[in-house]
Amino acid sequence: MSDPTGSGTIVHPDGEPSETAAKGRRMTASPGSTRPGTEKRQKPGRRGAADTSTVLAVPKGRTGAARILLGRDAVMIYVLLVVVLYACIVIPRFASPVTVGFLLLDVIPTLLIALPMTLVIISGEIDLSVASIAGLTSALMGVLWQGGMPIALVLVICVLAGLVAGAFNGVLIAYLGLPSLAVTIGTLALFRGLALVVIGDNAVANFPPGLTAFFTSKIGGTGIPTVMVGVVVLIVAFAIVLHFTPFGRGLFALGYSKEAATFVGIDVARSKFLLYLATGTVSALAGIYWTLRYSSARSDNASGLELAVIAAVLLGGVSIFGGKGSIPGVLAGVLLIGTINYALKLDRVSEVVLIIVTGSLLIISVVAPNVAAAIKQARHSRRVRSAPLP
Amino acid sequence: MTHLDGRESGATDPNAPVRRSVLTLRGALKTFGPVVALADGTIDLVAGEIHALVGENGAGKSTLVKILAGVHQPDAGEFSVDGQAVSFRNVADSKAAGISVIYQEPTLFPDLTVAENIFIGRQPKGRFGLISRAEMRRRAKDLFDQLGVPIDPDRVAEGLSIADQQIIEIAKAISLDARVLVMDEPTAALSGVEVERLFAVARRLRDAGSGILFISHRFDEVFGLCDRITVMRDGTYIATHETPAMTVEAIVREMVGRDIDALFPKSETERGDVVLRVSGLTRPGVFHDIDFEVRAGEIVALSGLVGAGRTEVARAVFGIDRYESGTVEMLGQKLRSKDPRASIDAGIGFVPEDRRKQGLVMELSVERNAALTLRHSLAKFGLISTRAEREAAETWGKRLQVKSSSPEHPVSTLSGGNQQKVVLAKWLATDPKLLIIDEPTRGIDVGTKSEVHRLISELAGRGIAILMISSELPEVLGMADRVLVMREGRITGRLDRSEATAETVMHAATAALESSR
Repeated sequence: MSDPTGSGTIVHPDGEPSETAAKGRRMTASPGSTRPGTEKRQKPGRRGAADTSTVLAVPKGRTGAARILLGRDAVMIYVLLVVVLYACIVIPRFASPVTVGFLLLDVIPTLLIALPMTLVIISGEIDLSVASIAGLTSALMGVLWQGGMPIALVLVICVLAGLVAGAFNGVLIAYLGLPSLAVTIGTLALFRGLALVVIGDNAVANFPPGLTAFFTSKIGGTGIPTVMVGVVVLIVAFAIVLHFTPFGRGLFALGYSKEAATFVGIDVARSKFLLYLATGTVSALAGIYWTLRYSSARSDNASGLELAVIAAVLLGGVSIFGGKGSIPGVLAGVLLIGTINYALKLDRVSEVVLIIVTGSLLIISVVAPNVAAAIKQARHSRRVRSAPLP
Repeated sequence: MTHLDGRESGATDPNAPVRRSVLTLRGALKTFGPVVALADGTIDLVAGEIHALVGENGAGKSTLVKILAGVHQPDAGEFSVDGQAVSFRNVADSKAAGISVIYQEPTLFPDLTVAENIFIGRQPKGRFGLISRAEMRRRAKDLFDQLGVPIDPDRVAEGLSIADQQIIEIAKAISLDARVLVMDEPTAALSGVEVERLFAVARRLRDAGSGILFISHRFDEVFGLCDRITVMRDGTYIATHETPAMTVEAIVREMVGRDIDALFPKSETERGDVVLRVSGLTRPGVFHDIDFEVRAGEIVALSGLVGAGRTEVARAVFGIDRYESGTVEMLGQKLRSKDPRASIDAGIGFVPEDRRKQGLVMELSVERNAALTLRHSLAKFGLISTRAEREAAETWGKRLQVKSSSPEHPVSTLSGGNQQKVVLAKWLATDPKLLIIDEPTRGIDVGTKSEVHRLISELAGRGIAILMISSELPEVLGMADRVLVMREGRITGRLDRSEATAETVMHAATAALESSR
């Protein structure tokens, strides 16, 4: 090993420290991967650094749909399918349009807020004030409507209120650099308090019947709520932003390392600010939906929803430490919780059990990948130790 | 404290009688996946000597230290302390065997007092099993008296200078009865007076019979302090010498192991127009009145000691940090302060010094990392596809001979050299006019190192302006067309390739030499 050129110190393909060491070994050993073409490009005097190993991208990686369907995030999708199938078979009355309708109506607020929450958590932050923003919006809506304002204007003002609430979070977190956990615990209380100031203990229920009916109406006989059309548009929009835009790429990068993100020209503060605008705005939409669906504007609407949303997002494979996650995974997470809850309700299981089941699921979903990784690691290190030294 | 059986410490005396080995490491091997960090780690430390360990960056010194400290376990080799074969499973084992390591920047508990820091986890107990503060204070004071350094045992650690923190670590080591003290580049962040004080402490310990392993890049310190010198190169033990028998030149020759000209393939290139012009750049307290320009096809090295403000200037030019006054012009266009995105658009690429924290997002895949700088230009109608990213990553990965088992694997699975190539690839993909490279070969295995050097030369040959920051003098001398030397935030030397020698550069870089001029 005292070869002064150092050529002996470089690459040993067998020692690839990746999780698929076995795979890597097989690939480097195959005759096609020696790639004489690439070696010809090397200068004559060049030391044989690459001679024994694969050059980048010899194995073609997966792209597009295959990447999502075979990826880590897909696990939840499969779990969801299994649960739905199981429920259809075992629980009477589950497989019906009525189920679809109620399940979706129940799940929409969580689903809506989960979208921007996914982006926020991937970027390494959190927003606990979402449900309070929804409550504030609901309160505002009730008061303004009762005050005689045209409903269209009320809705616009409510959305703007959400935007402003989000901007408030955003300025504190993105531009003043305060920790998002602390800031949004504060605004969780602040916005809920404001809601109480706005509407007090009253409840406003006399919204235009046409509008409230629209919010619970279904598309034909399918049982799918009409508002799902709008929700789907938002889902697609968020999925595109996260998975197919430069901005989305930046979010993953800064979720892992804000410093490294800065060095490739990602504006960390601006990105975070935009995310909080999004959570604020979408929370307002969820507040509006909540108010019209139950035809009731109250200060405590949607209270506690933030935890349900975060639970669903984490269940959907998003890492609480940032950097990891996908919209399809989160959809599966939200629908999984919704389905289990609904199925158990149909089966007349009490509320307490539902909460216990949800909590356990969350813990399992967070623990399972760690256990899997630990097993993989243990196997890997055993293999490394038993392998002959280079 | 170590007390040897009445033997005088005579390591400075070449005719010293008995030399008792306190620590012996032979043929230690340590690999990390594909990288051999240490091929033949060998050191023989005797009681009552200060022993220097020298070698280029990446020669394996740190790995060797970590083996001594019990951080890493060697894959092969013999290791004995006081003649007893040992094998450390962890840091505690190493400490128990009497080895203490003082790092460049010690980590004390900032809210605890000095005495509490020294006796953390083994506080002297008084009546009823409670901690006896008086006893702790008294013992701490004894230790400092022994070292001849006045530090108040009752003050909190927060706000102590790095030099004082090191002394506290040493005091802690003595209180642990450490017979072997390893100092890993302890002087890098110290001022002249502090260095002298540290050396005085080291000499006292030596005379009391401890074995001290001293790792440093500074030859004046090595020759001024140490009794013997061990040279390492490319992870391999080269030789051990008595200091009086050696010269700096001879040591450098052994460290480098070959002709510098052959190591750095420098091709003569045409110098083109001015690409980057920096004038009057100032951030008070950090750098002042920085003026320089870099032309197309030119490699300009920014040299100087660590902490001279080189990296800070580069960060300001690229827009990571704000500057107070002065201008940065790219191809005649003034750049805004603190706007990296605008700098990238203007054609600057920046390979930062800390690859793991700044250069790459370690958890992201190789292809995502490689395409991160391209995320805007790869997007069609605002949308970016994995396929486009992969194609870009493949193109540049092949050109730079990046070795990875799959583009989908996290970039952290690559070796250091290949990681650095990914960083270079992602900037080359942006077709930069100016490439700022901070420590181009830090922590890279030797083979890849010269590949990176060749690549940088090639890029300059193709007309890219290159601003290189390097702490390795051979790299600076071997690569640069011009050398700018910084000291304490100012440019104190501008040398052409013909004028730049180890001596002239060090002259400009160190205050001591400057004043004696």
